[in-house]
Amino acid sequence: MDHFGIWLAAFLTLGIYSFLYRDNAWYKLSESIFIGISAGYWVVILFWDNFYAKFWLQRQDDPMLWVGAALGFLMLLRLIPKIGWIARWPLAFIDGATAGLWGMNFLASNIMVQTKATIMPLMGPAFSGSIGDLLSNLVLVGGTFCGLIYFFFSKEHKGAFGNAARVGIWTIMITFGAMFGYTVMSRMSLLIGRIDFLFRDWLGLLK
Amino acid sequence: MAVAIILGVLGIGLLWLFIGALKGREVDRRVIFVFILVAVAAPLLVNITFKFEPTPIVQAVFDEFESLPEGSTVLFSYDFDPAMAPEVQPMANVLTRHALERGHKIIFMCLFATGEGQFNVTDREVIQPEFPDRVNGVDWVNIGYKAGNEGVLNVIVTDFKKMFPTDVNGVPYDSIKIFDKIKSCKDLDLIVSIGGGRPGIKEWVLFVGDPGNVPIATGVAAVVAPQLYPYYPKQLIGLLGGVKGAAEYESHFKKVYPKYADMATPAIFMMGPQTIAHIVIMAFIVIGNLIFFLGRRKEGEEA
Repeated sequence: MDHFGIWLAAFLTLGIYSFLYRDNAWYKLSESIFIGISAGYWVVILFWDNFYAKFWLQRQDDPMLWVGAALGFLMLLRLIPKIGWIARWPLAFIDGATAGLWGMNFLASNIMVQTKATIMPLMGPAFSGSIGDLLSNLVLVGGTFCGLIYFFFSKEHKGAFGNAARVGIWTIMITFGAMFGYTVMSRMSLLIGRIDFLFRDWLGLLK
Repeated sequence: MAVAIILGVLGIGLLWLFIGALKGREVDRRVIFVFILVAVAAPLLVNITFKFEPTPIVQAVFDEFESLPEGSTVLFSYDFDPAMAPEVQPMANVLTRHALERGHKIIFMCLFATGEGQFNVTDREVIQPEFPDRVNGVDWVNIGYKAGNEGVLNVIVTDFKKMFPTDVNGVPYDSIKIFDKIKSCKDLDLIVSIGGGRPGIKEWVLFVGDPGNVPIATGVAAVVAPQLYPYYPKQLIGLLGGVKGAAEYESHFKKVYPKYADMATPAIFMMGPQTIAHIVIMAFIVIGNLIFFLGRRKEGEEA
């Protein structure tokens, strides 16, 4: 069974990579199997984890669960075109609840704490780092400030203001470059993982 | 020597492409794929490895595990799937090894349903063979997956039992010894989120780390690492970014704990092909830009 699984995985891996040559039936078969299995996997997981464990087993203990179940049922009405519009109600509930949940935490963590973290000491008793730390703090404070200026369009980007905006766009470009480099590393890791599987588990070329 | 041969072969190929492109010959995308395949496959076959020193952001995670007193409770959240596994599974394994070596107690959970399968890999490769004396429920426990993304975190920041009434084997929360002193995430000494998607480390910081004032460390796929750097060091105590971060950690762990000199180091192993592939991609970027600017100058001279 193990051997069959490894051969099947190798067959599907090569099928997916065959797309790099050109679109073909082998690729389409592999892609369809992947999508089908993913969908089936999630249906089973969500049924047992959400419907069964969170609602069915506890339905008599917590009456509020029936409200959630009713909203879930309304969502399924999308499958009936004539009354499909009713599904907007549970969707609106989800939108509102998610916005409320995220709103406060996002404001606190991504705005307040992040702003506080950008206020760095450059000198005086609060600063106890090396020259390297000083430069690092300067880059952080200057880069953030100039980056914000770039997105301030109520004043024409001319003179000192324009120069600061130019520093801002350079900061953003360097950030994009770093992100691209990391993305390449991530994608390469996935390729290495698959080739490692083919060489080690399938062909037995690596110990 | 092997590195020089591989780079030499790839360099000759790239030079041939460059000369061809100067003569106006199109470079088929499939040629680029072949170069990347060679750049990845050849170092794997000859096993090229490099030495690594931990960067401060990786060292901070290591130091945190070292500074926690023995018996501290650490939560590991496996927030990834098999697609991310080549990058982050090595982190999960080495961090688990480090935590158990230091005598910490571990609660495993996941916000990705597929994380349960990935935990089984750690169980099979690290816990069972290297720490067979550690008892499930006492030294570590797997409470598994719960659907609900940030909703799950919003609950466990104040009440674990409400969201996880049992572990994955159906053992009731009150019977699990490790939870004797742990009622919510606020009682944890450290949280380690390993992943790279959503829900993941951002949700842990926003919904548990900041509101609950719990220290969080992370190991993430490289693709999301740049977005998480702003959280360091105030909201994240440290970060392992991609396979490079994992390789730094593996290398440092082996150095500090020589008895693990023979342990599997998949991240260090992957950095060989990773480095060669990056050199090839950089060469393609340089060649592409050179051809573009030379072509533009030629057009300018003709006009």
